[in-house]
Amino acid sequence: MSTSDGAIIAEPEHGPELRHQFATVEQQREASTLGMWLFLSTEMMFFGGMFCAYLVYRYWYYDEFAAGSRSINIWMGAINTGVLICSSLTVALSVRAAQMGKRKTLLVLLVLTLLFGLAFLGIKGVEWHDKFVEHHVPGLSFSAADLVRDYPQLHINPHHIQLYFSLYFAMTGLHALHMVIGIGIFLFLTYKAWKGAYTPGYYTPVEVGGLYWHFVDIVWIYLFPLLYLIDRKPL
Amino acid sequence: MSSAALNPERPNYLNQEYGIRSWLLTVDHKRIALLYLLSITFFFFIGGFFALLIRLELLTPAGDLVQADTYNKLFTMHGMVMIFFFLIPSIPAVLGNFLVPLMIGAKDLAFPKINLLSWYLYIIGGVMMLHCILTGGVDTGWTFYTPFSTAFSNTRVIEAGLSVFVVGFSSILTGFNFVVTIHRMRAPGMTWSRLPLFIWAHYATSIIQLLGTPVLAATLVLVVLERGLHLGIFDPTLGGDPLLFQHLFWFYSHPAVYIMILPSMGVVTEIVACFSRKRIFGYNFIAMSSIAIAVLGFLVWAHHMFVAGISLYSALVFSMLSYLVAVPSAIKVFNWTATMYKGSITFSTPMLYSFGFIGLFTMGGLTGLFLAALGIDVHVTDTYFVVAHFHYIMVGGAVMGYMAGIHFWWPKISGRMYPEAWGRLAALIVFLGFNLTFFPQFVLGYMGMPRRYWQYPPEFQVLNVLSTAGSTILAVGYLLPMVYFLWSMRYGKIADANPWHASGLEWMTTSPPPTFNFEETPEVTWEAYDYANIPAPEEVPVEH
Repeated sequence: MSTSDGAIIAEPEHGPELRHQFATVEQQREASTLGMWLFLSTEMMFFGGMFCAYLVYRYWYYDEFAAGSRSINIWMGAINTGVLICSSLTVALSVRAAQMGKRKTLLVLLVLTLLFGLAFLGIKGVEWHDKFVEHHVPGLSFSAADLVRDYPQLHINPHHIQLYFSLYFAMTGLHALHMVIGIGIFLFLTYKAWKGAYTPGYYTPVEVGGLYWHFVDIVWIYLFPLLYLIDRKPL
Repeated sequence: MSSAALNPERPNYLNQEYGIRSWLLTVDHKRIALLYLLSITFFFFIGGFFALLIRLELLTPAGDLVQADTYNKLFTMHGMVMIFFFLIPSIPAVLGNFLVPLMIGAKDLAFPKINLLSWYLYIIGGVMMLHCILTGGVDTGWTFYTPFSTAFSNTRVIEAGLSVFVVGFSSILTGFNFVVTIHRMRAPGMTWSRLPLFIWAHYATSIIQLLGTPVLAATLVLVVLERGLHLGIFDPTLGGDPLLFQHLFWFYSHPAVYIMILPSMGVVTEIVACFSRKRIFGYNFIAMSSIAIAVLGFLVWAHHMFVAGISLYSALVFSMLSYLVAVPSAIKVFNWTATMYKGSITFSTPMLYSFGFIGLFTMGGLTGLFLAALGIDVHVTDTYFVVAHFHYIMVGGAVMGYMAGIHFWWPKISGRMYPEAWGRLAALIVFLGFNLTFFPQFVLGYMGMPRRYWQYPPEFQVLNVLSTAGSTILAVGYLLPMVYFLWSMRYGKIADANPWHASGLEWMTTSPPPTFNFEETPEVTWEAYDYANIPAPEEVPVEH
């Protein structure tokens, strides 16, 4: 751009995918990846506050947490764990496909990831609905009378069992919110991949979106044993 | 005026585009910095208004201006507005936003759109806070302590909590952008050991923002859920633990003190070197002490809870760790004084504020050691001693540094010089007003006057009157720069690229800089603070 006193402000030379603040594509890719890792460290601390609360109350109210844990459906949790592990595989493969420039494979893998994600949310929704029917959702209609009846061997204070369900809903709810955001990201990626935006020279969004998805999976890998498997041996 | 003086027609970030759209949709870090400058100044005066009402009420022992309920809201809103809407964003979001890319020779931050998003989150949080204030406010104290906030308070806790939640994400995004930018966007030759110490300070700050703020966010979510649904997480009658809340809250809110003070330390480092005309003394020690403060800052939070019922042994450990923070802080103070030793010192406005910073921060820091000591802390907990201590750090430290920085970089930001004589006068007024306001509070606290009460025994009145008188002087000191900065935008002397003959890449581009900062990406071949090779200005660059 030429200006009144003749100074030239260099118009950066770059392709459409290089944004103005970067000098090279490589720099841009490194910035995006580092950005996602940093974002995930923030996310870790966000979940960390709740894990900390979980730790304290599980230590204090072990029997109540064990009873609460027994009341949630271990099979649905296990299937969901499998579903998410499968989705992590398709995500990992989709990054590779993008890197190799295989557009069709990439599309199939992205759509598969979306389907796994939706399946997870569906199963989660059924679980939550069951809890709602059983009056296990914290709030005014909460009742743990059935658990007190079913597990006479455990020392259960109904107030304390509400703490288990509070944390169960807060943590799985926060995780599900991240799944919803992940599905949004992958819808965007699928659309762009369909348009042919990703090439072996430019696939950073797939890589960065993949990092996010893996992170959300890993959170579930911790949530599953912490919430579902506290104490499952026969009483 | 030098020949490199600004041609007003030269395209720069201010005149490249006009109109409200070009500002509200800008992704230029310099324009976003100015958006932040306007918004935080607005909130500073709101917070200041509450402070003046508090001081007015405390002019007399009886509760005559307001009653207890209103007084509780006044100090709560003062704290929330000043901490979350002024101090936390102050230097990072204004000066950091403006200077981080300039100082490292980049065209912009790594994620300009996220930078704009962070400002919009700030505004959304700010509007929520204003709505909360105008429809009744909150009375929990800025600390949201449970179970009062979750079970007993009849004020708008949920709205205030959500507002702080939103504005927290604005802070996270700023820190996030800085870390990526500092790692990945440095100009060729700008190695880590050549970075200005302002950058090191912001790097350390950003780490705290990234790792601390999300914990506060999660805690506020739990508070809001608990208040709405009576979950019992922090309610002892339902098996919950209020101490857990305090742990989670201070895990962020103590490091947050370092979010406020570290950037100020970065500003002062730049200014002390420039106006002493010397290479900074102990570069590596200052850089590493910033990191050390950030790391140690995460290990001391429970010193806010010595009387809350934590175990004696954990209190002992937290007390000792709190002492450790004094080491890197003192390293900085010693290095600044060593830099000034035998330097050629100019008593310009930024330097006066920096002197103020060093003295007041030292007092705030040393009284912090009193509070880290278990026995003395029990004696002065929740007294005005604590209030005076943290105001020495936050107002005497952080705000002084902010004022110093705004004056120092004003020529770069606006392309004009501020009137030096008025600047020095304001710096003096701020220093006097500050000490008159807060020094009596140390004495009051030591004599036993508790904080957060609207009434007090008559024997405390003299010191309270002094404090209130000081606060009005302080207010004048803060209003003056508002007036002369606005004046200078039109009538100030036009600034050349480097009016202070300072080191640093930001002074090698025009004032104000062009939209992409540098006409050519600079290549750095020299060390930071290379004042041995930068000629001092022939005349002291200040008017008399």
